Amino acid sequence: MELQGGEAEMIYAEVEGVLQRHGLEREKLIPILQDVQSKLGYLPKEAMQQISEALRIPEVDVYSVGTFYNQFRLNPPGKHQIKVCMGTACHMMGGHIILESFERRLGIKEGETTPDREFSLERVACVGCCALAPVVVVDEKVEAKVSPIRVDGILLAFEIESKKSGEIEKLVEEEGRTQ
Amino acid sequence: MSATGTIIQTYESLKKAAVGKVEALKQKPLVLVGTATCGRAAGALNVLQTFRNEISCRNLDVEVKEVGCIGHCYAEPVVIIAKPGFPALCYGSVDEGMAGRLVVDFLINDDPCYEFAMAALEPNDQFPTFADFPRGVYEKKIILADCGLIDPEDIDHYLAHDGYAALAKALTMDPAEVLEEIKNSKLRGRGGAGFPTGLKWEACRNASGNQKYVICNADEGDPGAFMDRAILESNPHQVLEGLIIAAYTVGAGQGYIYVRAEYPLAVARIRTALEQAREKRLLGESILGSNFNFDIKIFQGSGAFVCGEETSLIASIEGFAGVPNHRPPYPAQAGLHRKPTVINNVKTLSYVPHIIRNGSGWFKSIGTPDSPGTAVFALAGKVVSTGLAEVPMGTTLRTLVYDVGNGIKEDKPFKAVQIGGPSGGCLPESALDLSIDFDSLQQAGAMMGSGGLVVLDEDDCMVEIARFFLDFTQKESCGKCTFCRLGTKQMLDILTEITEGRGKPEDIDLLWELAEDIKAGSLCGLGKTAPNPVLTTIRYFRHEYEAHIQEGRCPALMCKELISYAIIPEKCSKLCNVCIGSCPVEAIYTRDDMLKAIYLDKCVKCNSCMVACPPQYKAVVKVSPPIVEKGGS
Ligand SMILES: Cc1cc2nc3c(=O)[nH]c(=O)nc-3n(C[C@H](O)[C@H](O)[C@H](O)COP(=O)(O)O)c2cc1C
Ligand code: SF4
Ligand code: SF4
Ligand code: FES
Ligand code: FES
Repeated sequence: MELQGGEAEMIYAEVEGVLQRHGLEREKLIPILQDVQSKLGYLPKEAMQQISEALRIPEVDVYSVGTFYNQFRLNPPGKHQIKVCMGTACHMMGGHIILESFERRLGIKEGETTPDREFSLERVACVGCCALAPVVVVDEKVEAKVSPIRVDGILLAFEIESKKSGEIEKLVEEEGRTQ
Repeated sequence: MSATGTIIQTYESLKKAAVGKVEALKQKPLVLVGTATCGRAAGALNVLQTFRNEISCRNLDVEVKEVGCIGHCYAEPVVIIAKPGFPALCYGSVDEGMAGRLVVDFLINDDPCYEFAMAALEPNDQFPTFADFPRGVYEKKIILADCGLIDPEDIDHYLAHDGYAALAKALTMDPAEVLEEIKNSKLRGRGGAGFPTGLKWEACRNASGNQKYVICNADEGDPGAFMDRAILESNPHQVLEGLIIAAYTVGAGQGYIYVRAEYPLAVARIRTALEQAREKRLLGESILGSNFNFDIKIFQGSGAFVCGEETSLIASIEGFAGVPNHRPPYPAQAGLHRKPTVINNVKTLSYVPHIIRNGSGWFKSIGTPDSPGTAVFALAGKVVSTGLAEVPMGTTLRTLVYDVGNGIKEDKPFKAVQIGGPSGGCLPESALDLSIDFDSLQQAGAMMGSGGLVVLDEDDCMVEIARFFLDFTQKESCGKCTFCRLGTKQMLDILTEITEGRGKPEDIDLLWELAEDIKAGSLCGLGKTAPNPVLTTIRYFRHEYEAHIQEGRCPALMCKELISYAIIPEKCSKLCNVCIGSCPVEAIYTRDDMLKAIYLDKCVKCNSCMVACPPQYKAVVKVSPPIVEKGGS
């Protein structure tokens, strides 16, 4: 993936900060990767190189840890992250139907991001609310007992919101012009 | 003063202050809102905000606190109100409207709204308690007893409920005596395998070297279980106390809590608990004035099921990919950084303070001789009262499903329980009278596992559930062993073929053979137990496999490739149109005679129309084998 102007510098600075906070021992590798991901949303290749140099461990080791664990992503996520629970209880209560509904509505498969980078769709294994299955986590908020109709509702709410913010931007712009 | 005297005095003064604070709380009305993860999913934070707003805008002198989970997940959000002069009452399914009413009617006007109440917390002459319901009769709460009743973010609440008394007691004993007590209690590990905790601690204590570790395994990777999360969110200090006592017994100076990163609230509440314990000198240098030093770090797992296995958990903490290693050496001899290490599950550690406080004899008086104590289950699936339940070992599955769980939703026939997650199995109706303990479940081909229990009814396909678990273990296999890596893949492929109607008669035997090979050829528990869901479903539900393979029919009407949706003309109301609006792909149309019908080629089998069709018509049905459209239309 190509980085855009300024992105490389921003990544460097963020990773530097994380490295300083944690120190440079091997035992810190996973916490460092977790922190970098929570800052940047994913693990850019550049960040992994920088970490491997700082910790003096082969780049392939960092990469192998980064790819072993389900939590880490190597590509930037969408603005909104939709995680459909695919744990036992959710699956049996129709979680796969919910996942398919999102796939159909967004036109992407699980693990992908929409071309406009608005949404990414993932599966997770049990978020610990099995009693309220099927469960979807939308940007950290847990939605309980989701139905295909609720899927439409969730996406519609984002649409309205982005339209609203678009309109506000337009208003602000217009105001700027009239002044 | 003697060391013992200092410890007891330090503890007593902590406790006295805590009791004073908690007693003061009881002088005025108190509202407790359950805000564990599942409560939040059901809207508990809005309910909490409503209470806060209503109370502050009316200037009421009422304390509002967040608590964990009392285990009645089906009734979330759950609220408890304790008002002086009334029994403390628990309300279920509270929404913002009901919250507003409770403030006005109960907090201001003394009407407890009994019509909304689930139960009272303690016996009284006005309202039944939980113990008056079957669930309360069969439950025996030890490690869940305080969950949902105490503030998990205030150590004083735990201290006031005898918290850390066991630690104080242990510190006045010789570590060897503490070990003896745990050995005598016959406590067995609740992480799945049921290994005697005392023996594990003894091995670590006897191992040479003065640097040792204790680790709490809170990875809870079973994709249908949430007991450990609920305990950590509801009563984190109980776990810490158990871990500190473990460290004192084996002589460890550093502890870890390895917790899933998918549990952010649990992580936050443990962090708070650790800080508060350090402040009160229950953790850190010279604990409670003794010469014992110990501290605990949090390590967040990163979403790999195999990391629940002890050796890969250790690799993960050391900063490597979580790939299991050969045992022996066992972690108790050479674990983290090759030092002797005890690894115990959240629940195992939670029992420890109770055993030290009440004695091993008390613990053994509960449960069965070989599996003493209680079992904690996360009830999910098609059971009426989903949630957390704690019952004595030896309780039957029937009691658990029908008395504690209140039976099957919509009174449908019971089909199976899935117990023990990906390592466990599906047990049929005939196993319902099985006693729940480590050994009986193993004999039936399942496993205690960590305590996930999913109830399945006639709408759940047993081949599909086997496929689901294989899909999970196949993805989660670390890839080290060929049999685990390739064998699970092959089994998954066969199961997928069967659920999609392309199964072959010899597939069942092939699955059985593969299962035996994978069990024999895998290094760690993941591979060794991965075939269990398939073996148990073949053993108890072979006819379902045969229906798929021989007739292309899914008896549970679940496998998508083997069903069609149809609208029964005699039942359709003609005028309601609800199904048309519910279909996301415009697959339903109105025929010339006004009846509705489905374009089979357009239908994506999303089930919306079936849910939408009003109950007085119930005109949408699933049929299997699927309807084959005759050429043309
Ligand atoms: C694949 C696999 C996953 C496991 N996951 C967990 C887990 O999530 N939590 C847990 O406590 N034990 C888990 N275990 C069991 C642990 O390896 C270990 O036996 C347990 O933590 C020991 O604690 P106990 O003696 O208190 O049961 C798992 C084992 C295997 C093989
Ligand atoms: S049995 Fe499977 S998960 Fe376990 S070590 Fe072997 S390949 Fe890895
Ligand atoms: S199952 Fe879904 S796609 Fe098929 S007809 Fe019904 S609503 Fe439409
Ligand atoms: S299975 Fe979905 S929350 Fe547990
Ligand atoms: S009641 Fe909270 S975990 Fe269920």
